[in-house]
Amino acid sequence: MSAHRIKGYGLIDKARSLSFRFDGKSYLGYEGDTLASALLASGVRVMGRSFKYHRPRGIWSAWADDPNAIMNVRQGSLELPNCAATTTYLSEGMEARAVNAWPSAAFDIKGGLDLFHRWLGAGFYYKTFMWPDWRLFEPSIRAMAGLGAVSPDAPDDYLADQTHDHCEVLVVGGGAAGLAAARAAAEAGQNVCLVDDQRVLGGSGYQYREIEGDGASAWVGEQKRAFLAAGARVLEETTAFGVYDHGLIGLAQNRGFGSAPRLLRMRADRVIMASGAYDRPITFPNNDKPGIMSLFAAGEFLARYGVLVGRELAVVANHSLGEAVVSLLEEAGANISTFDPSDGPIRAFGGKSSAGLQQNGTRRGFDAVLTSGGLTPVVHLWRHAGGKLDWCEQRQAFLPGDGPGKMCAVGAANGTYDLDQALEEARSAGRNTPIKRAALRDYVTPLWPKPGSLGRQWIDFQHDVTLKDVELAARENYVSVEHLKRYTTLGMASDQGKTSNMAGLAAMAQIQGRSIPEVGTTTFRPPFVPVPLELYRGHHREQLWHPLKRLPLEPQHRALDAALGEYGGWLRPGWYGPGEVNEVVAEEVRMARKTAGIFDGSPLGKIEVMGPDAEAFLNFIYYNTIRTMKPGQLRYGFMLTETGVVFDDGVLARLGTDHFVVSCSSSHVDGVVRHLEAWRQDGNNPDRIFIHDATQHWATVTVTGPKARDIVGALGLDLDLAGFDHMSLRETSWKGAALRIARVSFSGDASYEISIAASQAEALWNVLLETGRTHEAGPIGIEAMSLMRAEKGFIIIGKDTDGETMPHDLGFGAPRLKKTAAYLGDRSLRNAKANDSARKQLVGLTIAVPDILPVGAHVVSEDARPVSQGYVTSSYFSPTLNIPIALALVESGAERIGEHVSLRHLGNTLSATICAPCFFDPEGKRLHAG
Amino acid sequence: MQLFPCPFCGLRNETEFHFAGELGKTRPETVGEVSDMQWASYLYTQRNEKGVVREVWMHLTCSELFVLERDSVTMEVLGSEALREAGV
Repeated sequence: MSAHRIKGYGLIDKARSLSFRFDGKSYLGYEGDTLASALLASGVRVMGRSFKYHRPRGIWSAWADDPNAIMNVRQGSLELPNCAATTTYLSEGMEARAVNAWPSAAFDIKGGLDLFHRWLGAGFYYKTFMWPDWRLFEPSIRAMAGLGAVSPDAPDDYLADQTHDHCEVLVVGGGAAGLAAARAAAEAGQNVCLVDDQRVLGGSGYQYREIEGDGASAWVGEQKRAFLAAGARVLEETTAFGVYDHGLIGLAQNRGFGSAPRLLRMRADRVIMASGAYDRPITFPNNDKPGIMSLFAAGEFLARYGVLVGRELAVVANHSLGEAVVSLLEEAGANISTFDPSDGPIRAFGGKSSAGLQQNGTRRGFDAVLTSGGLTPVVHLWRHAGGKLDWCEQRQAFLPGDGPGKMCAVGAANGTYDLDQALEEARSAGRNTPIKRAALRDYVTPLWPKPGSLGRQWIDFQHDVTLKDVELAARENYVSVEHLKRYTTLGMASDQGKTSNMAGLAAMAQIQGRSIPEVGTTTFRPPFVPVPLELYRGHHREQLWHPLKRLPLEPQHRALDAALGEYGGWLRPGWYGPGEVNEVVAEEVRMARKTAGIFDGSPLGKIEVMGPDAEAFLNFIYYNTIRTMKPGQLRYGFMLTETGVVFDDGVLARLGTDHFVVSCSSSHVDGVVRHLEAWRQDGNNPDRIFIHDATQHWATVTVTGPKARDIVGALGLDLDLAGFDHMSLRETSWKGAALRIARVSFSGDASYEISIAASQAEALWNVLLETGRTHEAGPIGIEAMSLMRAEKGFIIIGKDTDGETMPHDLGFGAPRLKKTAAYLGDRSLRNAKANDSARKQLVGLTIAVPDILPVGAHVVSEDARPVSQGYVTSSYFSPTLNIPIALALVESGAERIGEHVSLRHLGNTLSATICAPCFFDPEGKRLHAG
Repeated sequence: MQLFPCPFCGLRNETEFHFAGELGKTRPETVGEVSDMQWASYLYTQRNEKGVVREVWMHLTCSELFVLERDSVTMEVLGSEALREAGV
């Protein structure tokens, strides 16, 4: 007889039945069931297939440590991969499918893979990297790897809340110890929060007939009533999944299958860890057969879900810790035969519907075989927090040792398995009095894997790691426990080795003749159980993750049908109007070159640098000499990092003796402000220099082109435009508002950058646009501006430069040779690397065909095995010149003008001719025109 | 998630801060002769000490540099002070 429900047991609500499907078949369960308990009660034994060999697998455990029953679960429109059946609460209409199995877990088409296990041992795929050829195996290995399938139709409303919280005492675990600790702490006047991952508090307490004279349910209810009355909070279905720096504890609160869990970032003054202990499998041949399960899990299925896993049961254990469970099972009507593993080697047999044991030549069949190799305290949070572990020979387990001061462990998590001792310990911890671990009242006989023994003996059930794999790893010298893990994948499955790590490291210890503590454990890392990535993302999405900066003139751009897009963190017009984008941009360029373009340049950096030391400060910050600048003058220059690499370029304006404006790259303002602030405060007198980022206070409209002066003239500024030379700036006013006008150009044509308070931007824009229309000029977007600057060979930092580009690579070598004052990066410009003749330098490229060069195409040497000599950084079809143009960084480029070069891109070979990096108006006549 | 005390704004989340460098590093006088070794050491050699360290950090939201004293092993924060008060 297989598993079935027993009247009078369990916490499920039998009045509320729920229908669900598993592998296409319909079943019934009850409110309070997990998928696993409902399937078990329905007589289903095979609930999954193992990762590598596709062996049939049944349930091992009743909660988060089960490695076997992993399912894709769908309800309504939501399908989640890799749900543990043991922790997924059943709800009406759920549809579950075993992962890694087709058509079902019971009849898996790949089940035959198990026959090839000899060739699929640990690291078999690593070996194909060496011989014969990984590429032969890669497609099939990749196709077979992985577990559940991700559903492509994930709903948009699967959003995780994220909240911040604080308490004085956080109790992790709602079993008997946790409840007693929480009550004691709350009654001592502490602000207490208790978290427990199950729906019903009580942990494994229901396996006991009574707790302190009461029935388990009554006792649990009384503790809860008492600590709530004392002001404590309780978070049910909430997992403490990680401890992070400075005492942050991550809590994931289940909100039902259809909703993303909620993240609580809890900061607690003190943590009481009452996380219990896990049962350990025993390593013997065929120990992975369905029907072989944890002794304590059988108790839990009966106590919580009213499911007796079988009538005829075998119990194999090396300790006396399970006596209460055994008597609970007997009381429910099970016939128990006990096997002592020290009487002789045990091996299992059986198929999908029965399990049997063989010892000393005798074979017996059972409904289920319950094994327990001892208890492993759940010390994950302790290790996350940096606590140490001590090996306890008596308990054959790692116990919490020296720990973080704000944390203590109680109950089974501390190796205190006896209920009365655990309650006493927990209350002591709750009252914040020192605790001393009590002596073990039971016995635990050492029982670990026996290397060299025959048969396939499973250590990691989910990832199919056997004792032979550990032996193989040891033979191939992967003996460190961390190497063992990576080589065999032991403990790397979704259960993260909760059942397998101890057996694995014990096997390695035996093989090497070392002790278990000498081998040690692998690192415990959060999360303790799998949590959806959505939990971490929370509201950090779209505009709340990456808010765009908005232009004051955005409504005007929208009215002009601008194509708005993100450029360097700003939402800006890429171009205006409908039509094929290349054609629209080309038309804007042609207009700007013929009459004028009107451009919103508001994102351009405007960082004010003021104070008596401002001049000396900027002279140090800039590669160029700043000292010689006169008020009203502009200078194009570079900021370098101390490694001599170009950090930013831009125009510096001197407004007065002690007043400068740094006009840095639009996308780089925050970085430049930080750079300036760091040097202002560290290495200078911060009381004599002031830095203020006024970028968003000013709107900037640029008018560029042959008609620019006529259009700007319509503003009627108190300014002689005829005597207003290129690279100068004037401050004046317009309609009562302060206005700065700079004669500077990024397009190569005469240009005026007019800046005014953001509130006045609309008026300025309207006048310029209206005047422009009378000159057949109009608005241009940033795409047209970028194209025009490339025609001139003006660079964009980070596009036409990389992390090695120095100013002399861009043709600006004079300060390096002439500037005598100290400046940032100066010494780096004098080293051997900076003087290397093969540096990549900015050049232009022209090509014969009417197609453009792809950005990123590599200029290659003409050797038999060509090597890269640089790459294309910007590439356009120039509407002005009617030819394709490109900028590139090429080794020794400046000396190679006129040279024909080959380029490679995605398997294609192209050719081009190196030219000077300026295609349009190299004499600068248009720049200075007007 | 670490909590750092800005001397001006108080205890804030680590995401608001940016590491600026180890305290006590001085820039060589580049107008004079600086050897390759000296300069490379200034650029790249970090003490990277285990235990109590004093470092310069910037609180990005107020742009102030300050000295943070912390334990590089336990991540415990021991204190902070404004850069100009640190006497460096």
